[in-house]
Amino acid sequence: MKQLLILSGKGGTGKTTIAAAFIRFSQAKAYADCDVDAPNLHLITEHKHAPERKDYYGLPKAEIDKDKCVECGLCRLSCRFEAISDINGYCVNPFACEGCAVCEAVCPAGAITLIPAVAGELALYSGDDSIFSTACLKMGSGTSGKLVSEVKKQLFDAVRQDIERTVIDGSPGIGCPVIASMSGVDMVLIVAEPSLSGMSDMERIIKTAEIFRTKTAVCINKYDSNPEISEKIEEYCKSKNIPFAGRIPFDHQAVKAVNRGVTIADIDCPSGRAAREVYESVAGIMLRCC
Amino acid sequence: MQNNSVKIAVLSGKGGTGKTLVSVNLASVAEKSAYIDCDVEEPNGHLFFKPQNVCEDEITIRLPALDNELCSGCRKCVDFCRFNALAFIKKRPFLFEEVCHSCGGCVLLCPEKALGEREKTVGYIKRGLSSKVKVSTGIMNTGEASGIPIIKKLLSGADSEKGAPVFIDCPPGSSCVVMESIKDVDYCILVAEPTVFGVHNLNMVYKLVSLFKKPCGVIVNKYFEEDNPAEEYCREKNIQVLCRLPFDNELGLINSQARIAAREKDKYKELFTSLLEAVMEEVQHETAANPQR
Amino acid sequence: MKIAIPVDEKNPDSSVCPSFGRTPYFAVYDTDDEKTVFFDNEAASAQGGAGIKAAQLIADMDVDVLLSPRCGENAAEVLNKAEVRIYKTAAGTARFNIGEFKAGRLTMLSDYHAGLHGHAE
Repeated sequence: MKQLLILSGKGGTGKTTIAAAFIRFSQAKAYADCDVDAPNLHLITEHKHAPERKDYYGLPKAEIDKDKCVECGLCRLSCRFEAISDINGYCVNPFACEGCAVCEAVCPAGAITLIPAVAGELALYSGDDSIFSTACLKMGSGTSGKLVSEVKKQLFDAVRQDIERTVIDGSPGIGCPVIASMSGVDMVLIVAEPSLSGMSDMERIIKTAEIFRTKTAVCINKYDSNPEISEKIEEYCKSKNIPFAGRIPFDHQAVKAVNRGVTIADIDCPSGRAAREVYESVAGIMLRCC
Repeated sequence: MQNNSVKIAVLSGKGGTGKTLVSVNLASVAEKSAYIDCDVEEPNGHLFFKPQNVCEDEITIRLPALDNELCSGCRKCVDFCRFNALAFIKKRPFLFEEVCHSCGGCVLLCPEKALGEREKTVGYIKRGLSSKVKVSTGIMNTGEASGIPIIKKLLSGADSEKGAPVFIDCPPGSSCVVMESIKDVDYCILVAEPTVFGVHNLNMVYKLVSLFKKPCGVIVNKYFEEDNPAEEYCREKNIQVLCRLPFDNELGLINSQARIAAREKDKYKELFTSLLEAVMEEVQHETAANPQR
Repeated sequence: MKIAIPVDEKNPDSSVCPSFGRTPYFAVYDTDDEKTVFFDNEAASAQGGAGIKAAQLIADMDVDVLLSPRCGENAAEVLNKAEVRIYKTAAGTARFNIGEFKAGRLTMLSDYHAGLHGHAE
């Protein structure tokens, strides 16, 4: 089964809009949303039934038993994450706690224990013809690489033998969640935005993708919002030997489609047509080298 | 409210909505201000400000360092580590740096005091000046797991002058790095896109901001029709809409070139000046009503 | 000699698990008595550093050879230092792969994928 991952570095470049269109074009029967911080793909993909939901447990969090606490303050002194406050007795801030268990180890009164903590929720939509895996990180949770891995695992566990392709909507940034989403992927498509910020972020994400030595291609979304920078991006790709998969124009109809809960592949519009060409280009690259 | 610099965070659940556009331009129209870029994975503000007289500080975290002679091979450190950053091979602990959370536990617990600490660079902070704006940028090195140590340093060094507002350009989303960025602010500006994606994520970040009991207001960016999901959401939740920035090709183009619109054209200077006034009025009002510090 | 292999189920005809760090079980085959024992992989539920922990488990079991479809950099480092040799599995069950290894038809695993940086919470 071939996995295509869509990343961008910068947020708001159109990953999800493009990923949804690609799912249509490729008729992918299995897809996932790895942007667990701010998942959006479920908003424009159809699902007949409610999903199976599962709690995701992150690192355990420390809890102080007030009855046993002798208020020596050792926990607060030893905590490197400033997670323990001493206002109204000693108390752990679950948002700052990283579950390292140092406080539990140093507490002379045995008043601290580490308790499993729900850090998010996984959802699996399995219809007759498609499987969609997604998750949402609980607000304030730590870097979500593991949850991303769980989203992928959930998808692969549910996938039947005959499924050929999957499309994975990635997350912005270059940190752990992005790295976790890259694992085992056959190809990464980077959606670039033609702005200086967009170019800067694109370069950082390309550097991150090099860690995995996965095949990478770049496409430009909303290219006509700055044709000059669009050209610079194309030149950059050429100079680095990165396949350039095409360009998609800015299109008000794309926003309207998304607001109606459909993809740009479902209506006849300039961005949809251009996205199809980018898709064909990407499919061609994948055929040749993966 | 204390009579010193007001701290205003600019955030959005979703990336690409206009956080940097708003924070950079607001900082530019104020008489004096500070701009802090907490989006350490993909910092962009410095591209707009092109600050001068930049000084750089490395940000380090502490990693355990083994003194081989003192180590008795008891394995307590390896067994303690919750993050599996230590492996026990040939009777010695071996550290995997990028997995280490720098909690100090292994160092504390070693019965032979065989573990000391050494510094590892995870990123850096650049501080400079752009006209009347003090610009601070945090940059995380690629491959590092967490930007929190950098954000902590960025914000602790944020001493601004009396009366000069501090604008904090936050990372997208609502994860722990966002929480770290808004911890001590006086007011939050939520930038929202009038799309279903935008509102879905606005909801997440609004919950975060509410949890921290921060007063907030919304800016609807790339506004093109009155009837849009973002306005509807604000009505429902009774959130103040501070301003609607219309979808504007020219503004988009200037922004894409990393130019500061308020410094280039009078119409944008006026736009952001009145936005700044509206924001400051809200901030004074909110913080007077709820003095926290 | 002890040979370990990540498996999806606790039986010798189980499929090989594609992931080393988060495989649910390990099968360990002893060439001396030709018996196979199965172990739960405690690393599977680790928040981060699963590969490291799984490699530690293998090293602690005095395993000589690991058969695996892939292996992360961090896990490989632990295994290399512990002098556990790593071979790449072929398509097929655990039993089949052990047979292939004994016949000398498996090659050593040489390309490790980059560590997933613990992706801890």
